[in-house]
Amino acid sequence: MESIPFLSLILFFPVLGAVFIAFLPKDNARAIKICAAVFTFVSVALAILLFIIFDRSAAGAQFVERMSWIPQIDVEYYLGVDGLNLPLVLLTALLGFLAVFISWHVKVRPKEYFICLLLLETSILGVFASLDLFLFFLFWEVELFPMYLLISIWGTPPPLGRKEYSATKYVLYTIFGSALMLAGILTLYFSSGTFDMLAMGQGAIVARLIPLPAIFFLLFTAYAIKLPMFPQHTRLPDAQTDAPTAVSVMLAGVLIKMGGYGIIRICVSIFPEVARQYAPLLIALGVISVIYGAAVTLRQTDLKRLIAYSSVSHMGYVLLGVFALSTASLTGASLQMFSHGIVTGLLFAMVGLVYEKTHVRHLERLGGLARQMPIVAVVFSIAGLAALGLPGTIGFAAEFLTFIGAFTSDAVVGIRLWTILGVTGIVVTAGYTLWMLQRTFYTEPREQFNGVGDATWLERFPIFVLVGVIMLTGIYPALLTEVFQMGIGPIVRHLGF
Amino acid sequence: MNLFMLAPELSLFCLAILVIVLDLFVERKGLLQTVSFVGLIVPVGLFVLLLIGRQEPADTSTFNGMLLVDSFSLFFKFLLVIIAALVVMFSTEYVAKFPRFQGEYYGLILFSTAGMMLMASSGELISIYIALELTSLSLYALVCFLKDNKSTEAGLKYLLLGSLSSAVLLYGMALVFGITGTTNLAGIAKAIAAEGTLRNPALLMGMTLLVAGFGFKIASVPFQMWVPDVYEGAPTPITGFLSVASKAAGFAVVLRVFYTAFGSPDWVVSNWSTLFAILGAVSMTFGNIVALTQTNIKRMLAYSSIAHAGYIMVGLAAVGLAGSSGVIFYLAGYAMTNLGAFIAIVAISERINSDQINDYAGMAKRSPLVALGLAVALLSLTGIPPTAGFVGKLYVFNAAVQNGLLWVVIIAVLNTVVSAYYYLRVVRVMYLAEPASAEKVGASGTVNAALFLATAAVVVIGFVPAPLISAAEAAARVFRP
Repeated sequence: MESIPFLSLILFFPVLGAVFIAFLPKDNARAIKICAAVFTFVSVALAILLFIIFDRSAAGAQFVERMSWIPQIDVEYYLGVDGLNLPLVLLTALLGFLAVFISWHVKVRPKEYFICLLLLETSILGVFASLDLFLFFLFWEVELFPMYLLISIWGTPPPLGRKEYSATKYVLYTIFGSALMLAGILTLYFSSGTFDMLAMGQGAIVARLIPLPAIFFLLFTAYAIKLPMFPQHTRLPDAQTDAPTAVSVMLAGVLIKMGGYGIIRICVSIFPEVARQYAPLLIALGVISVIYGAAVTLRQTDLKRLIAYSSVSHMGYVLLGVFALSTASLTGASLQMFSHGIVTGLLFAMVGLVYEKTHVRHLERLGGLARQMPIVAVVFSIAGLAALGLPGTIGFAAEFLTFIGAFTSDAVVGIRLWTILGVTGIVVTAGYTLWMLQRTFYTEPREQFNGVGDATWLERFPIFVLVGVIMLTGIYPALLTEVFQMGIGPIVRHLGF
Repeated sequence: MNLFMLAPELSLFCLAILVIVLDLFVERKGLLQTVSFVGLIVPVGLFVLLLIGRQEPADTSTFNGMLLVDSFSLFFKFLLVIIAALVVMFSTEYVAKFPRFQGEYYGLILFSTAGMMLMASSGELISIYIALELTSLSLYALVCFLKDNKSTEAGLKYLLLGSLSSAVLLYGMALVFGITGTTNLAGIAKAIAAEGTLRNPALLMGMTLLVAGFGFKIASVPFQMWVPDVYEGAPTPITGFLSVASKAAGFAVVLRVFYTAFGSPDWVVSNWSTLFAILGAVSMTFGNIVALTQTNIKRMLAYSSIAHAGYIMVGLAAVGLAGSSGVIFYLAGYAMTNLGAFIAIVAISERINSDQINDYAGMAKRSPLVALGLAVALLSLTGIPPTAGFVGKLYVFNAAVQNGLLWVVIIAVLNTVVSAYYYLRVVRVMYLAEPASAEKVGASGTVNAALFLATAAVVVIGFVPAPLISAAEAAARVFRP
């Protein structure tokens, strides 16, 4: 068992699929889609297998693959999963697989589309699975190119969207962030003499060039842009709104989790002292993100933009949970990342369906769709309720754990006040979610939508799978929290509480 | 005195003369290209012989230390021959623009390559100057080969400013010679060390003038005025040649002079290190910001080449093995990348008769392979993995961080963000805009082969940089035994 390079297989099956697709004739859209589905399925099947056979009693990283790559600067090809990144790898593989079905109707240049989609999946998987900081950065950068093409070619064209503007903005923001991250990584390498993320987390880093907080914030800025955290959030609603449906799913579902993951894995675990020192500031920014994001969401009239803005608010919970610095709150924050991935992924898929059927995204021109498309209405409602944290869904488990963890944490002075402020975000979330659902589905039916059909079986497949995951993990969250805690444990011990 | 050590250069001279003479007798001018290309195998073979035949500890100097045939110069000579071979390869169609002078065209490329090889192995100021002039004079002629207004203007500008910079360089050399009493680089180092910590302003003055003279060659701010016009006006293959070979040879000399002659004591080093750090930061910022507004792709790449000179100077400023091997690695990666870009531009511009970026619209549909090659080159210039450009930047910046130059690194990485905008704009135009016509744009087999080689090199170096880094480190070890 040990000798099979599981992670490499999970990582590179999508690339293999992309190479395979490159050799298929470009008119044969059906073969291209089936090929993409098969290769991503292998990936997700292996990821599930990995999740099952993951040893829940052992400490440290498992399924490690390690070999020297650029010996002159100590760069290694070093993959491995522990409790923190395993669920995220699983999430990415799952959404990557479902994204193929969500984009089944892509008609413009399907060959290039699926190649980009598969490359995107690999790069995100790579970010989560790398334990070498250099490799992590490499995958982080590679993600840009498919993303740029996916948004700018298959995105929403004018007048409804501004695909090229959004794509360029996305790329420039991200490169700006990664430029700072590169400076941070190099100083970190210079200070520690290794790119091994776990080893950096174990030993104390001695500042050699610039003070530790400076390195911390070079790295943190990159992750905060990705997350996105107020005030660096403006690229995200643009990109998520103008991206094609499946890409919005990937973007909201897993791509922005790279930011949260980076904060936990690198900022908090390598710089515990700095994290403690600046926790009050970062918690404040998190709570501002929550409230500001929710308030802005309330004002949106475009269905897709509304969901996009809600991410800003939900990622604020992650920041709150992370910098409350207790085991419970960090686990809650990780679970919140997973939960948001599934739930918002589903929401974007549903928006895509509604738009595809009705060609309307504007809330005022939608209405009463529950009659014409009952299944879409039900699934959309489930997703909406999960987003606002209804008990029985994963959204509840994640938010509850985050708030409990934050409230009881004694790491930060005044954390209780911030937590209470953060909780008010939920009220606003409930407001805009229910309002959105009501205006889209539950008003008087409109004549103009009478011919509009419900989701077909092909479209039902991915959304039913996601609903299944929401329910399963909502009822039995320990499935995930148990694993997350294994990864969080060592980090919190290092924090010294 | 060992003539065999000079054999690669001598063989190039013979080849150049052969090509020019052959031009008088053959009707099919295509043969000239073949002869030049095949002839370049001879110096490569000689490099191998030189490498094999070397005994340890190798006696690397010849002609009383005027020329040094060490692993550093061999690395650069090898790189220069590869560059020359690629330039000869992708000139195939372009030379149709001047059918009467093809022999001279290839001959001059070979002459200037020989000059650059001598530059890389010069161990002494006079031979540096002579090699530099050999290179420059050939290049002046090559730049105005098209004989139209722009090309002639470019040639004249290059000649005038080039002569000026040579004069400045000579002045600097004279000052250094005046203070140290020798033109031999190792001798200069000894003389400076013997002088102790005496801070002679004339020495600094001489050093600064040397930087100015070389700064012209490597296209650094504020000696960059010639770059955009010359790049735009010169025949495109020559622009490619200038942008990589001339830069590589220039940096080779700079490395040699500053690491050998001015490699100690610390106060000398810190002086030029700071100078290069500042020039580097200014160059990259200037180059990138001006490149943003360019509409002509050759002019854009001209400013981009100024910016890249800036990145490379960051490596120079980071004194030590990591810095110098970083410079060497970066130059090799940059050479392949920029050549790839210019090959693609030759292939495209030849068919659409335009260097305007907007005319590249929809090129991904009209010529998928060439567009892909250009896209890879532009990504590598931006520094996006997995390409040679990314590893090069990382390596150089890493060296700079280790030497406490974090401020330059931060300026440099922010510059990459700016540069991403204009590089990706070309990619966007090629892949997203609607083509002006459905007509396919195809290049000849040789040009495609050259493009493939350059692109493959960029990607392979990006994925497996370790061997090239080792080679660069071996080359750089020459300076610090």
